[in-house]
Amino acid sequence: MINVRNLNKSFGQLQILKGIDLDIVKGEVVVLIGPSGSGKSTFLRCLNLLEVPTSGEIRFEDQLITDKKYDINKSREKMGMVFQHFNLFPHKSVMENIILAPIKVKKMDKSTAEKIALDLLKTVGLEDKKDAYPSQLSGGQKQRIAIARALAMEPHVMLFDEPTSALDPEMVGEVLDVMKKLAEKGMTMVIVTHEMGFAKEVGDRILFMDGGKIIEQGSPEQLFGNPQQARTRDFLSKVL
Amino acid sequence: MKLFEMFWEYRSYFLSGLQYTLLLAAIGVLGGFIVGIFIALLRMSRWRILKFIGTAWVEILRGTPMLVQLLIIHYGFATQFHLEFSVLESGAITLILNSSAYLAEIFRAGIQGVDRGQTEAARSLGMGSGMTMRYIVLPQALKNVLPAIGNEFITIIKESSIVYVIGAAEIIYQTYTITTITYDAMTPYLIAAIMYFILTFMLSKILGVFERKLMNRDKR
Repeated sequence: MINVRNLNKSFGQLQILKGIDLDIVKGEVVVLIGPSGSGKSTFLRCLNLLEVPTSGEIRFEDQLITDKKYDINKSREKMGMVFQHFNLFPHKSVMENIILAPIKVKKMDKSTAEKIALDLLKTVGLEDKKDAYPSQLSGGQKQRIAIARALAMEPHVMLFDEPTSALDPEMVGEVLDVMKKLAEKGMTMVIVTHEMGFAKEVGDRILFMDGGKIIEQGSPEQLFGNPQQARTRDFLSKVL
Repeated sequence: MKLFEMFWEYRSYFLSGLQYTLLLAAIGVLGGFIVGIFIALLRMSRWRILKFIGTAWVEILRGTPMLVQLLIIHYGFATQFHLEFSVLESGAITLILNSSAYLAEIFRAGIQGVDRGQTEAARSLGMGSGMTMRYIVLPQALKNVLPAIGNEFITIIKESSIVYVIGAAEIIYQTYTITTITYDAMTPYLIAAIMYFILTFMLSKILGVFERKLMNRDKR
């Protein structure tokens, strides 16, 4: 579904990503872990071209999206993204946040969009907040709304960029629960996170990144239970 | 008491002047607003030539007196290019141009002040750059710079008085006429000053109410 070949990304002199290759199949939950500055977020943001790669190829559903002539908006519609800082639109109500893109981008009519939005709000357990504004919500609620907003476009893959890092500890669980449900429904997901317990439980495949490279990857049992690389062991010993 | 008497006696002068000033200011504000957004977008364009045009527009119009701009547009264009604008047209064009430069800078600050994450979220949902600007960035930017926009509106109302030099029949022009009739150079100008003050004070109160409404809705 997503095929990455020899992906490089530099900011000026600083090379963040150094030749990444990765294939993600439909329905897979891939979790990226690694120390800060290892390039995991940058890599995730390259997948929907929020960061434009310096070189290399990314294919999404067999479409070469790194082609300069390709209209990336077409693919972004099918790639939902959830951010560390939620990025809800503060001037719009919860309902408006969710239905904006379906109406404007997919040209969905308002009543259909609202019906989908209500279903999604039920899924994330916040149907009573549909008329609230983001400023009236807690961090955990904001993030659940952000997930609903991304899902309203009916994406084929969901990208999560440290979705619980900005949350108070007691709110982490409610967001992870929503993500877990999503994974159980068979959604393809790429997740950057520091929640090792969650990675172990939900991930089909864990990728350990350091210094802009994928150092090691494997099933949760393999990677957490029997890491092969010294750097992986070193990292895990610090965070577990 | 003399103020009221004089105002009442020459009310038709004052009121027609007021009308002219209001019309001119309204055109200047509306036109400047629209042109200003356009210029702000030019200034932030990725294309160097567009960026240059936007920057030159702002710097030149901010860096020269509005009086000179008015005289060039009204008299300069007429003699050089046979482009003869009416008094109202010249006044309106000058006010639009001048306020567009100041408003463009205000809009630019507002747009750049909107968190990058907002744009990223909108783009990640498949919205194009134009759509993102229109539905996500601009509404938030305008809200953030509302006090500065209000200031500029008040400035435009006051600055519109300058068009009296080309003979536009606004408040100052009418007031001057009254002074030549009455040989009193104090009372009529005081009345004019009071009229401007009432206008700008009302506007700032209205904007204040508007601002509070917006802030209450999504205070963070």
